[in-house]
Amino acid sequence: MTSKILMKGNKAIAQAAINAGLECYFGYPITPQNEIGEFMSDEMPKLGRTYISAESELAAVNMLIGAASTGTLSMTSSSSCAIALMQEAISAMATAEIPGVIISVMRAGPGLGNITPSQGDYFQATKGGGNGDYRTIVLAPSTINEAVELTYKTFYLAFKYRNPAMLLADGMLGQMMEPVELKPFDLKIPDSSEWEADGIGEGNNKRPFRKLVSLHMQGNDLILLNEKLQRKYGTIQENEVMYEKYMADDADILITAFGTVARVAKSAVEKARSLGIKAGLFRPITLWPFPSEELKDAAKGKKTILNIELNEGQMMLDAKAAIDGVCPIELLSRLGGAIVKEGEIIEKIKELSSKYTCLKVISDNPSKNESQDSSRGHIKC
Amino acid sequence: MPNIVIDKEKCKACGICVSVCPKKLIDIGNLTNSSGSRYAIVNTKENACIGCALCAISCPDIAIKEVYK
Amino acid sequence: MLKEIKKENKLVFSRPKTIQENYDYPFCAGCGHGVVLRLIAEVIDELGIQGKTIAIASVGCSISMEKFYDLDIVGSSHGRAPCVATGVKRAKPDRIVFTYQGDGDAATIGMNETIHTACRGENITTICINNTNFGMTGGQASATSILGQITTTTKKGRDPKKNGYPVKIAEMVALCDGAVYVERTGIFNPQSIIKTKAAIKKAFLNQINGLGFSFVEVLCACPTGWKLSPVKSLEYIQNEISKVHKLGIIKDITNITE
Repeated sequence: MTSKILMKGNKAIAQAAINAGLECYFGYPITPQNEIGEFMSDEMPKLGRTYISAESELAAVNMLIGAASTGTLSMTSSSSCAIALMQEAISAMATAEIPGVIISVMRAGPGLGNITPSQGDYFQATKGGGNGDYRTIVLAPSTINEAVELTYKTFYLAFKYRNPAMLLADGMLGQMMEPVELKPFDLKIPDSSEWEADGIGEGNNKRPFRKLVSLHMQGNDLILLNEKLQRKYGTIQENEVMYEKYMADDADILITAFGTVARVAKSAVEKARSLGIKAGLFRPITLWPFPSEELKDAAKGKKTILNIELNEGQMMLDAKAAIDGVCPIELLSRLGGAIVKEGEIIEKIKELSSKYTCLKVISDNPSKNESQDSSRGHIKC
Repeated sequence: MPNIVIDKEKCKACGICVSVCPKKLIDIGNLTNSSGSRYAIVNTKENACIGCALCAISCPDIAIKEVYK
Repeated sequence: MLKEIKKENKLVFSRPKTIQENYDYPFCAGCGHGVVLRLIAEVIDELGIQGKTIAIASVGCSISMEKFYDLDIVGSSHGRAPCVATGVKRAKPDRIVFTYQGDGDAATIGMNETIHTACRGENITTICINNTNFGMTGGQASATSILGQITTTTKKGRDPKKNGYPVKIAEMVALCDGAVYVERTGIFNPQSIIKTKAAIKKAFLNQINGLGFSFVEVLCACPTGWKLSPVKSLEYIQNEISKVHKLGIIKDITNITE
């Protein structure tokens, strides 16, 4: 059992990438993820690996394309408005099927916004800020330990499907410190020798040339490529969905939340339960592929879903589409860097509880009601 | 004797070879290739070609595919 | 009928191996790209590096390079070829990596990337075709269009008050300490073609010897973009363009470092 070290999120993510075998890192300073670049600038040269602070995030992500095209584990990291600079390249990576890994540590927007945490880039990450029909695999950790594991998984999935893959964290996760168990990298990066562009070779190991390009002008090349990509996305949707359910099965009010908000929601669920309100949590871990089927099943029989996000309700749309009217869905949202607190969630749960389950909570303090069982602390309406 | 081999299918009748041949042996013929473009032809009657290959190195389409000296 | 008397004669010119047998040049008649791409292929053949060379395609007429080279090729977005090349070279330092770009790609949208790649002294080679306009999209003015040059976006000729002054990309690259060899050549007569090939060969040799960033800018004809005949286009380079984008070695510190 590896010991636990007190570690900042950004550093843990950077160390995890190195554990996974990262060979090339291309970055650019932007709060709240600067520690990733700084860590790489120290560690990578020590290991004889590549560290470049590029002239822009636009340059960094294109360096990522170059390195990843040779089958080399490569990564860039950035935040929100600068991840926006990378969208064209992410679309190109999806088209040329290049396994680039991008770490996005969200800050509040829109525009330069500020450096407080947010989840305002859910659309940017999952719906693609680039052009055309493509998908980025997006994993959203809610703890630093999970961020380590999901960093490993991001590299693995990028190479397994030859597709850009993104770890989507937020400023809180990046900046906070918590005890981290740095488990060794336990996955095997799928082989890339069949497709990587590393020179056609000489003599008897000469092979036909390979092209990793995103221009397809000839005949219906682009139609065929799009069909191939859509089949791939279907496979990823089938095989790679990840989510967590917490006290969800018997819940009346099911919270949907991801990332650090899900952590706050989890403690709110426990508190609500202590007040006799059956709350639960459904936490997507892969934001794409989105756990639509699984959420629909979980939503059956629920009085309502409470979707909590630090944005206007972006994942809300995916959740709404997924449950397909099986039950109502309500939104609790914070914008502009504000964070939702447990107490605010409890208030909302109570509100919904009375609205949907006619259970009015007469007292907050369960101890006053301990002589009665917790459900009798309510008046049936 | 030195001579050149023109791949008429590649020629786009740009006329650059005509302008650089020191012996003025190349001209754009009147026949057309399968893309409908006229193509360069070389006058070999006087065997005046010196195999200098200026035409070949100037050709934007490598339509002059071989030169013998 | 051409008498087949090849036996005694020596073959002095043939198509380079690095260009595929069934290549199909999509370029306009008289386009300089066709010549330079052949020269690069000849250099790769002569240096025997075809097996370990990775070409980085850019965006513009230059992108057609990916259709007929027998090389591994990685594409790039418009202007970002030097970054893709940096990534490839850092990942595979023993491979030979070059970018093939136009004036739109390297000097207009991608100037920032060109300059920073040179400042970092990446050990790669850039061949930049400068035909002073955006050819692929129909002949609009680019950053390197010369004053008075007529294009589809400067119908009365480029006017500095409205369209600014031409970018001299090679001179700018030469200011970067990481650039070890910067030359501007042209494709407008046989002698200039021979000089261009020599420059390209030197640029690749610099990379093989690990000396740093080499940049060869080649003034090329764009008959369609310039609305001139192929032969007149060659004269336009010699008489007009090369007055602004001056030919010659702008920087060469490779012999010092040897």
